[in-house]
Amino acid sequence: MATPSRPEIFKKVQQALVDALSVEEDEVREDATLTGDLQAESIDILDIVFRLEKVFNIKISQEELTPRDILSNPDYVSNRKLNPAGLAALKERVKHADFTKFAQDPDIDKILDVFTVGTIVNFVEAKLAAAK
Amino acid sequence: MRWIWFDRFEEFVPGERAVAVKNVTLAEDHLHDYFPAFPVMPASLMIEGMAQTAGILVGHARNFAEKVILAKIKQAVFHELVRPGDQVRYDARIEHLTNAAATTHGEIRCDGRLVGEVDLVFSHIDQNISGLEFPAENFVFTEEFMALLKTYTQRDTERITL
Repeated sequence: MATPSRPEIFKKVQQALVDALSVEEDEVREDATLTGDLQAESIDILDIVFRLEKVFNIKISQEELTPRDILSNPDYVSNRKLNPAGLAALKERVKHADFTKFAQDPDIDKILDVFTVGTIVNFVEAKLAAAK
Repeated sequence: MRWIWFDRFEEFVPGERAVAVKNVTLAEDHLHDYFPAFPVMPASLMIEGMAQTAGILVGHARNFAEKVILAKIKQAVFHELVRPGDQVRYDARIEHLTNAAATTHGEIRCDGRLVGEVDLVFSHIDQNISGLEFPAENFVFTEEFMALLKTYTQRDTERITL
């Protein structure tokens, strides 16, 4: 089976988010943040993951999903801010997010803003490419 | 009144599927209070019945070690009313099961007719991705619950004759 194109992946991700979060299609833009703009809660994230696994026939592990161990590692965090080593570890783990804005103020309470619709599309795209 | 919204299991395939039945009777107050003089089984209580059926299935899959909490109703659609005298069948199947959560697909039938579909998400709350902590004691699958479950599972093998 041919790997779907990015617009095709976006369309399916968009549908999964519309179904999981009861949001309108036009709210699910590439730059919309999951927990901010789309108001996803932690259980919604799991629901979304299960939907993506089903739609794309992929497996997504807990480690890929949440970098909690990095955010709770005292070597990486002081005063709830990630140090450069922590940021590097985070970028290594969450490869498909854009950390440019977060790096300016690496407050761990703002980490969820990094996860946008585009991040998911990037993630799925890489996952499908790797599975080929 | 006890908050138990099915009467017995009819099928139980561990980790996969559970079918429970509920006999709807006019002895139950809720039938009189929901729409007075028009007794119907509230959809919300059928969601609860499905959540209990599916929740026990999910709990059993991890030997009742996890605290299984209904976290989200993905879908709840009802096609017809359920009346006194009906027997409701809650047919629950596990779709996904991970360390952190599970999703189930459920169909509700009366006399073979599909009266509702209820898809649920359960959380194993000690494994929540937010890192929240809960009391050690399993307040979902309590001793009382486990004792009741024993009566369910022994029912078919140990008929009581008088």
